[in-house]
Amino acid sequence: MVRVFFLYDVLRLDEKMILERLRGLVEVEPIHVSSSILEIGGYAEADIALQRSISFYRAMSSTAAVESWGVRVINSSLALALAEDKAWSLSVLYRNKIPVPRTLLAYSIESAVEASRKLGYPVVMKPVMGSWGRLAALASDEEAARAIAEHREMLGSMYRVHYVQEYIDKPGRDIRAMCIGDEVPAAIYRVSEHWITNTARGGRAEPARVDPILEDLVLRSCHALGVEIGGVDVVEDPERGYLVLEVNAVPEYKNIARVTGVDVAGLIARYVVEQARK
Amino acid sequence: MPVLKCPVCGNPVEVPDDAMPGELIEHDCGVVLEVYRDSNGNLALRPFEGVQEDWGE
Repeated sequence: MVRVFFLYDVLRLDEKMILERLRGLVEVEPIHVSSSILEIGGYAEADIALQRSISFYRAMSSTAAVESWGVRVINSSLALALAEDKAWSLSVLYRNKIPVPRTLLAYSIESAVEASRKLGYPVVMKPVMGSWGRLAALASDEEAARAIAEHREMLGSMYRVHYVQEYIDKPGRDIRAMCIGDEVPAAIYRVSEHWITNTARGGRAEPARVDPILEDLVLRSCHALGVEIGGVDVVEDPERGYLVLEVNAVPEYKNIARVTGVDVAGLIARYVVEQARK
Repeated sequence: MPVLKCPVCGNPVEVPDDAMPGELIEHDCGVVLEVYRDSNGNLALRPFEGVQEDWGE
């Protein structure tokens, strides 16, 4: 029988649903990462592992440890690292001819302000790492850009990479699309009056149609980063069409499942088992 | 259903029979508790650390 490691830290509804579906198909060994000791080069037998830790550093390091045991992990440590860093992933997406918003990196307060001026206000200033819209800020003028950059400089080295992005005048929504292997089974609009549309920040989820252009973009984005199970954030630019913002390599999906009725947990479980049998 | 002690208020907390480490329980005292296994392998409770800067989706 196929044996799957299920790596997690917090057991949210998303994780519980996948675990339940997996248990209906195969033998599952849950590994609670935050209370485990994982030896690099250790040994434990499984056909495959699924990574579901919310903490990036836990996810990344525990994936690397399990990979050292010779067990393939979905998603791989490289895919996790690549997707987590917005600058790195945007660079890879761009090189793979995936349309992305114009983005400048700056490394001091003055250059962050200059970058903002170059893009034209308003601009979005984000940390290169992080999720749920955390610390993403909209600078409407030079004074705001300078204040944001100054604050970031005080937060530590990770925040001293100023990721300055053009503001996309999106139609009050953005898109979160699920990718599982070579399929895009469901997508939602995240609707909000606020420019941050993350559902974790109050955005309302509504079903979105996955047209062939969106499907192609989502799959190419995930493939470019080596992400097998991912959540791709996309905005609709009035002139350029779809632009990819980022790819999440341990995606939440409960809102997608809730509003579209698609059994995302079941699809993830089946994909993992299929991969284990290959 | 096992009953454990809340590490914050000291009152009893009922933990579901099938509880797993990493599961979150909202207690009456207002604290969110995380189930974990102590060094003896028994289920125990600790205050949930809350959202950290490297958390994401």
